[in-house]
Amino acid sequence: MIQLIAFYLFATIVIASAAMVIFARNPVHSVMWLILAFFNAAGLMLLAGAEFIAMLLVIVYVGAVAVLFLFVVMMLNIDFAELRAGFVRYLPLGALVAIILAAELIFAVGAWNAGGVDLAVRAAPVVTDKSNIEQLGELLYTKYIFLFEAAGIVLLVAMIGAIVLTHRERGGVRVQNVSAQTRRRPGDATRLVDPGSGQGVEL
Amino acid sequence: MISVGHYLAVSAVLFTLGVLGIFINRKNIIVILMAIELILLAVNINLVAFSAALNDLVGQVFSMFVLTVAAGEAAIGLAILVIYFRGRGTIAVDDANRMKG
Repeated sequence: MIQLIAFYLFATIVIASAAMVIFARNPVHSVMWLILAFFNAAGLMLLAGAEFIAMLLVIVYVGAVAVLFLFVVMMLNIDFAELRAGFVRYLPLGALVAIILAAELIFAVGAWNAGGVDLAVRAAPVVTDKSNIEQLGELLYTKYIFLFEAAGIVLLVAMIGAIVLTHRERGGVRVQNVSAQTRRRPGDATRLVDPGSGQGVEL
Repeated sequence: MISVGHYLAVSAVLFTLGVLGIFINRKNIIVILMAIELILLAVNINLVAFSAALNDLVGQVFSMFVLTVAAGEAAIGLAILVIYFRGRGTIAVDDANRMKG
């Protein structure tokens, strides 16, 4: 009974806050609703028994992605009123696409419920005497190790890409150039002269 | 009791809302990116629900990879947004035609 109440609570809030994300006037409010949606989706996944994914959702989405959105929204000086201009104009087309999509999804779920397709053999059945995170770790570090590393490479590429894209070389700023400093040899910086008496040294 | 159908219904609604968000906020790329996050969240809920229903952990493993891609996509998307804003002073993308072929 308590699961049912929790499920309907989380489901209602996740859908309501998702609607608020796309209908909110201010993108800052959108990000806040997005955080609420992620928290409640984490609750839904917790109910389904995927504890690790739920915690990952809170840490990665709420802790990193939503904060990233918040930073960008607040750092850029954007005229949001202008951006709302086409809202009503695009609503009919968007609603049409959304209705068609929803109908298709409902149809697909109905077809799945009817049991049309035989499911494949289970790739990694859940065992009951181990915790969710332990099983996931065993699977991830053995069978899916290369995929796991590929995911790491995706993150690395995304990180380098974001830095390269947003990096800006500022002129007129004197900064320490470590490689130039370490490249410098005594021969470049000093010279030995033997001035005759009464003559100066050219500097 | 909660069945996988309940989860599928929630994720279908979430997915549809994400697509609708892309259409109605066509000028505001920040909200478009958030709508994409909603779509990926719906996919994740689906994967986890089926993982639980079929007693198979691969769904959760795959959900982690979706999460990874979502995080990378948000970072790159926002980086592109920042440089677009620097160049144009606006983020209205409905007439974005700078990268003409």
